[in-house]
Amino acid sequence: MTQFLQLDFAPLLCAMLAGSTCGLLGSFLVLRREALLGDAITHAVLPGIVLGFAVTGARAGLPMLLGAGAAALLASWLITYLRRAARLEGGAATGIVFTSFFAAGLVMLEATGARSVDLDVDCVLFGQMETLLWPEATGAAALLDRAALSSLPPAVFLLAGVAVAVALVVAVLWRPLKLLCFDAAYAQSLGLPVRALDIALNLMLAAAAVAAFEAVGSILVVALLVAPAAAMRLITNRYTPQLLGGAALGAAVAALGYALAGPLPALLGSAHAVNAAGMIGVLSGLMVAGAAMAGRWRA
Amino acid sequence: MISHNTLVVVLGCTALGVAAGAVGCFALLRGRAMLSDAMGHAALPGVVGAALLGAWLGADPRALPPLLLGGAVAGALGLWAVQALAATGRIRQDAAIAVVLASFYALGVVGLSVVQALPGGAQAGLSHFILGQAATMRTQDAWAAGGLALLSVVATVALFPRLRALCFDAEFAALQGLNIRRTDAALMGLILLVCIAGLPAVGLVLVVALLVLPAATARMLNHRLPGMLAASCAVGGASGMLGALISAGHQGWPTGAAVVLVGMAFFVAALLVRRS
Repeated sequence: MTQFLQLDFAPLLCAMLAGSTCGLLGSFLVLRREALLGDAITHAVLPGIVLGFAVTGARAGLPMLLGAGAAALLASWLITYLRRAARLEGGAATGIVFTSFFAAGLVMLEATGARSVDLDVDCVLFGQMETLLWPEATGAAALLDRAALSSLPPAVFLLAGVAVAVALVVAVLWRPLKLLCFDAAYAQSLGLPVRALDIALNLMLAAAAVAAFEAVGSILVVALLVAPAAAMRLITNRYTPQLLGGAALGAAVAALGYALAGPLPALLGSAHAVNAAGMIGVLSGLMVAGAAMAGRWRA
Repeated sequence: MISHNTLVVVLGCTALGVAAGAVGCFALLRGRAMLSDAMGHAALPGVVGAALLGAWLGADPRALPPLLLGGAVAGALGLWAVQALAATGRIRQDAAIAVVLASFYALGVVGLSVVQALPGGAQAGLSHFILGQAATMRTQDAWAAGGLALLSVVATVALFPRLRALCFDAEFAALQGLNIRRTDAALMGLILLVCIAGLPAVGLVLVVALLVLPAATARMLNHRLPGMLAASCAVGGASGMLGALISAGHQGWPTGAAVVLVGMAFFVAALLVRRS
């Protein structure tokens, strides 16, 4: 038990929080046919993260969130602008914007020296779930002990805060968002602030991408954002199951992927662990493939 | 002075840029730009799988051709997966692209963590395929990648009339007797070839930019395809060359990032020229 709390509790919690938050938000991407925007935002937040990191010199939550939010809004505005100004189709404009942001982030990572501290390229590419340890947990009692709980890795608090905030915003905006997903033009004619809702969704995506970044890296966030929502889309036509199911599937696939990557093989006596974020991404893909087959079988 | 190896690598990157410029024109006009993102990411498990197989067979794990072949097979599988998912009719192609690129990439990441646990440090360079590191390429690798790039330029020129017909009015071209499916497949093959040739130098994350940026730049400056194609090749070649030179001069700058930023500078300049 102590060993589980010290080694596996924090990463498992982070993975599940990231999975449920991204799974919830991903439904909006899939329903609004903007899945590539998820790909774009998760890459585009990198310069914001690096800048927030360079300013404060630490992986502090708020500056990174602010930087990433600004980067995400700028990127989504640029995509819209380029479609018009350079007469590009959406995919090409997206491809240009997010790769440029990501490239700038990589160079900033080198230039600011942030890399040498503890934000490095490997974290961006593969995630660093294995480094989320909780050495102060000396037993099950630690779960109720305020002092021990406060020594959890900061990534846990960042993710928990973002998860709660996103869940609250989605709950409050439940009906307007539903209308936005199914008929944006009608929503606008009813007087709904469509642009404000759009910006709110983009900001939540950026926040989720930053919070999940430390756990799974900036590329595998895409898997958590799109795969659970796509899997639900393949098997349901209803809004509520789509959203809640996406969140539940995200949490489940994250927990199962983490378990399969290290703890389960260890229980069976194997000394080999594989990258947990990668395992979660692989399971996400298999889940969508399974849902596609189930959907075809039902139809 | 530049060493012989650097010179060959820079030439290889230039050839790659020219090829990406040529193929990118048609990828852009046919609306296939983001598919190259899926194919690039999907190549990773193939590269890693080929390295694992090579290590198991006792072959030279750093030899580039088997790695690129593995990447091509996996990239083609990824393309097939995107089309199979989109064919369900319930999720659109963009969602299918996102799912496939993330999950194939994830499989590659799992594979990388397996490779790292193996004895012998020869596999350490595999993660360079993600962001590209032209500085670590050997002379024969640069020849191989550059050769693939030139091959795709030749194929693009040979297919020029068909690709042009496909991009401008596919239905009319079909009435004229063009086999749309086969021509589309040929375009996909060319995109895949460029993605694979670009893996060692530019990396799989940013290869999509190499295909889109020169073509989008050229499109703003030209209204006719031959001019656009020529400008796109020129911009692509210049991006590849300058990016490789910058990356060779700054230790640690990934080549992919340098190439993309140079390409972005060209694109912004063209945008400003058009606006003024």
